[in-house]
Amino acid sequence: MPALLLLAIKVILTVTVVLLTVAYCVYAERKVIGHMQQRPGPQFVGWRGLLQSPADVLKLIIKEDIVPTKADKFIHFIAPVLCLVPAVLALAPIPFNKSGSLLIADINIGVLYILAVSELGIFGIILAGWGSNSKYSLMGAMRSAAQMVSYEVALGLSLVGVFMMSGSMSMVEISKAQSGSVWYILPQFLGFFVYCVAAVAETNRTPFDLPEAETELVAGFHVEYSGMKFAFFFLAEYTNMIVVSSIAATCFLGGASGWLLPPLVWYLIKVYAFLFIFFWLRATFPRYRYDQLMEIGWKFLIPLALANVVITALIKAYI
Amino acid sequence: MTVHILLFYFFAFIAVASAIGVITLRNTIHCAVSLLLTFFCVAALFVLLEAEFLAAVQLYIYAGAIMVLVVFVIMLVNVREDLPQPGQIPLNAVAVFVGIGIFFFLMFVIMAGDFSPPRGIYTAAYQAANGGQTKLIGKVLYTEYLFPFEIASVLLLVAMIGGIILPTRRRFRRNGKGKGEMV
Repeated sequence: MPALLLLAIKVILTVTVVLLTVAYCVYAERKVIGHMQQRPGPQFVGWRGLLQSPADVLKLIIKEDIVPTKADKFIHFIAPVLCLVPAVLALAPIPFNKSGSLLIADINIGVLYILAVSELGIFGIILAGWGSNSKYSLMGAMRSAAQMVSYEVALGLSLVGVFMMSGSMSMVEISKAQSGSVWYILPQFLGFFVYCVAAVAETNRTPFDLPEAETELVAGFHVEYSGMKFAFFFLAEYTNMIVVSSIAATCFLGGASGWLLPPLVWYLIKVYAFLFIFFWLRATFPRYRYDQLMEIGWKFLIPLALANVVITALIKAYI
Repeated sequence: MTVHILLFYFFAFIAVASAIGVITLRNTIHCAVSLLLTFFCVAALFVLLEAEFLAAVQLYIYAGAIMVLVVFVIMLVNVREDLPQPGQIPLNAVAVFVGIGIFFFLMFVIMAGDFSPPRGIYTAAYQAANGGQTKLIGKVLYTEYLFPFEIASVLLLVAMIGGIILPTRRRFRRNGKGKGEMV
């Protein structure tokens, strides 16, 4: 029983910390983008706007839940849940320290598990778009489906090189394999590049945020959502960002290894660095056109990822 | 062990119930959600069998990729309820016959199978001692079952080429110089 209790504590702790991080990610994003665009960002609620996120959460909780008359009630209700649950489930095998004592479950196919589970979140988006019975939602959902299917191939392939070098798919094993040698960002720089682009696309962030393109689709798949249901989509998006950043930190940046500071701090620094890049991209890039998006995915990223796999295999076989 | 059995019945029941939902529900999107639930339960059953790799692949490929495409197509073509046209063969009768045939075929194959507990290479202990399930599956797939694997990949390649050629054929015209040209 103590093992079960310990597990329950770990689960609650991880989910709480991640959801709090998400709340302050939104604040950090607004601040970072604000300063990049030479304006202060949120600054009135609390000291330097630090209470902006709790205020937003409170607002979302007490907001009226609106369901369109012609919407499919059940699908409209289940979609936000289907979006958030996979994102939270994907947190299970993320190792926050070296020994892996802080992670919930060391699955020996950890990375594959994360990819497989977080993939299910796309149904939340598709069903939200379809269930709302609105043109804009449906357009957003269709774009999302096509985009996810195209970029998940590149995302999976970009990690194959890492699996080949470490000989494992477990997050703990991969970070251990890097502690003796160089971080995989050096030998796997091609894979890293493809991973970064595909990860931004998979999380529907700028410059690949076509599913919710504000200028064309109002807000895409979640136009018809308000209150907590809308908050669920928001939570899911940021949780997914944390998950893909964690994979990047583990697979390419040596996990929790570093000098002087404790491993947990190093891990968080790496994850937050990736999150910062997400914000930076959003402040800098315009949105891609739909056909450009498809061309980058199929004609550029996937061949590059395949080339990386072949090169890694040749190097591993002959050197 | 009892927890295992309870979980098995739980997931098996949901899998069968949602599979029935796939063929009885009226709305095609509801059918698709039902099918998604079935795939998820099958993945859960794989986990109960300690086949984590298969479970993840089941989710990744079937639930993640194939179902997304299915839902995509359903939304794109906006399938309406198909009422039988006069003079058309009632498909229900055909479906019942084919279904019963497949049922008995599968029952025959399953009953002829081996129900003894896993031995040798199939036990979790052996797999853990020999570099894990993923490694073993990879090894077997690329040595012992290389030929079926290659046949499957050629089949997929053919299907892929067909998928590109068939929808674009009407727009594909030969000009006088023997060169194909998209119009």
